[in-house]
Amino acid sequence: MIEMHDVHKAFGDNRVLRGVNLRIESGTSMVIIGGSGTGKSVALKCILGLIEPDAGMITLDGRDVTKGDRDAFLARFGMLFQGGALFDSLPVWQNVAFRLLRGRLKRPRDEAREIAVEKLRRVGLTPEAADKYPAELSGGMQKRVGLARAIAAEPEIIFFDEPTTGLDPIMSGVINDLIREIVTEMGATAMTITHDMTSVRAIADHVAMLHDGVIQWSGPVEQMDDSGDPYLDQFIHGRAEGPIEAVR
Amino acid sequence: MKALTPLLALMGALGHNVLAALAMMGRVTIFAAQTVTFLFRPPFYWREFGHAVMQIGWLSLPVVGMTALFTGGALALQIYAGGSRFNAETVVPSIVAIGITRELGPVLGGLMVAARVASSVAAEIGTMKVTEQIDALVTLSTHPMKYLTLPRVLAGTLSVPVLVGVGDAIGIFGGYIVGITRLEFNAAAYIHNTVDFLETWDVVSGLIKGAAFGFIVTLMGCYYGMHSGRGAQGVGRATKAAVVAASVLILAANYVLTEVFFSA
Repeated sequence: MIEMHDVHKAFGDNRVLRGVNLRIESGTSMVIIGGSGTGKSVALKCILGLIEPDAGMITLDGRDVTKGDRDAFLARFGMLFQGGALFDSLPVWQNVAFRLLRGRLKRPRDEAREIAVEKLRRVGLTPEAADKYPAELSGGMQKRVGLARAIAAEPEIIFFDEPTTGLDPIMSGVINDLIREIVTEMGATAMTITHDMTSVRAIADHVAMLHDGVIQWSGPVEQMDDSGDPYLDQFIHGRAEGPIEAVR
Repeated sequence: MKALTPLLALMGALGHNVLAALAMMGRVTIFAAQTVTFLFRPPFYWREFGHAVMQIGWLSLPVVGMTALFTGGALALQIYAGGSRFNAETVVPSIVAIGITRELGPVLGGLMVAARVASSVAAEIGTMKVTEQIDALVTLSTHPMKYLTLPRVLAGTLSVPVLVGVGDAIGIFGGYIVGITRLEFNAAAYIHNTVDFLETWDVVSGLIKGAAFGFIVTLMGCYYGMHSGRGAQGVGRATKAAVVAASVLILAANYVLTEVFFSA
């Protein structure tokens, strides 16, 4: 279980997180929604330790994430980045098997390649894609490779940062279905940040809305449409009028 | 009081810039110290190191070689022209050899590597930063400084002296070609003069300078790449700053090392 307790983060005068409290139960899929620039990615990066919070505490299974063996902590996570964040200088299979080629999860090269090809197949890519370089792939294929990399070491927790941004509706649907299937079959805990409501409905067990640096609303996805929260209501219906200012 | 205001503003601006420069020096020093400590903390990424040696050393050979060749030739012409004013034309082979090995080989080689390598390292790492590839490395349990910085800095420190050594040989050869074709030196006498007057320390001091310059160039490339701003403009600024800082530091380090090695 991941818990954020009163987490604050500011960049200069810009107070992005102003006391975020959030709990993500093990084996569930939490989706964080919110407008652009509301701190969704910052919250996610704080959990991973990519950004250090100014105040507050983040725990994983009750233990402070800033303490203990960092490699062991990170080995429990997989992450799909918004732009894929694939390593340009490595072929696709080495991107997918990156963790399996070095460090504590190191396997023989042939075995790592086999696993990479299998994971690529799992996300709908043929073995021919394995020897290509990321620049030779379309945006949708890059997302799939990023997804294959995120699940390659079979992590307990997977983070998805804007998984469908920049994709056409059909490819977005494919990625959403893949995420849902993979999270279910792996029994993983998932945390997704997005402002794509189709993704929210496809992926989420629980939804949290981040607005003005705090969690404005959270609850099961089934209750999202009847929440009675004017902020959430404006956001999910994409209305220009409401308590959320259109110009931020 | 009014008359003092512009002066105070000037002093304030000066103080601000001095503090910023000192803070910058501190950050670079910490970055360098961290890089060196990672040398003793496994894992070491041999594949990345090999790739960096190819990129920094092997692929810089043509540009360093051409620079040395033309510099050796021009140096021979200059020394001949200057030496003829007091009938000292015969010093051409020895001065070319000493000038190339002690100063021009390492400095010009270092500057050419700075132009070629500091820019590409800063641009590559800067682009990795803005496209979240550095963050991705962290989430894949790989320390970015171990994976990106250490192999490049070590490759620069070890391969630039080799480049300087090869450049020295090519530069002396450039002087030799000009000496025997344009200045009517006897080939055997030219070689004899070069070997007789050149001392081991002349060459070794140049190679040590090369190692220091290789360290500076790759360190600056990595530092500015890792601290690149957002977007194409941020990467462009980082690239420019890396080349400028590496070039200035090479010239400053060259003066310091020359004082240490040769001041009587």
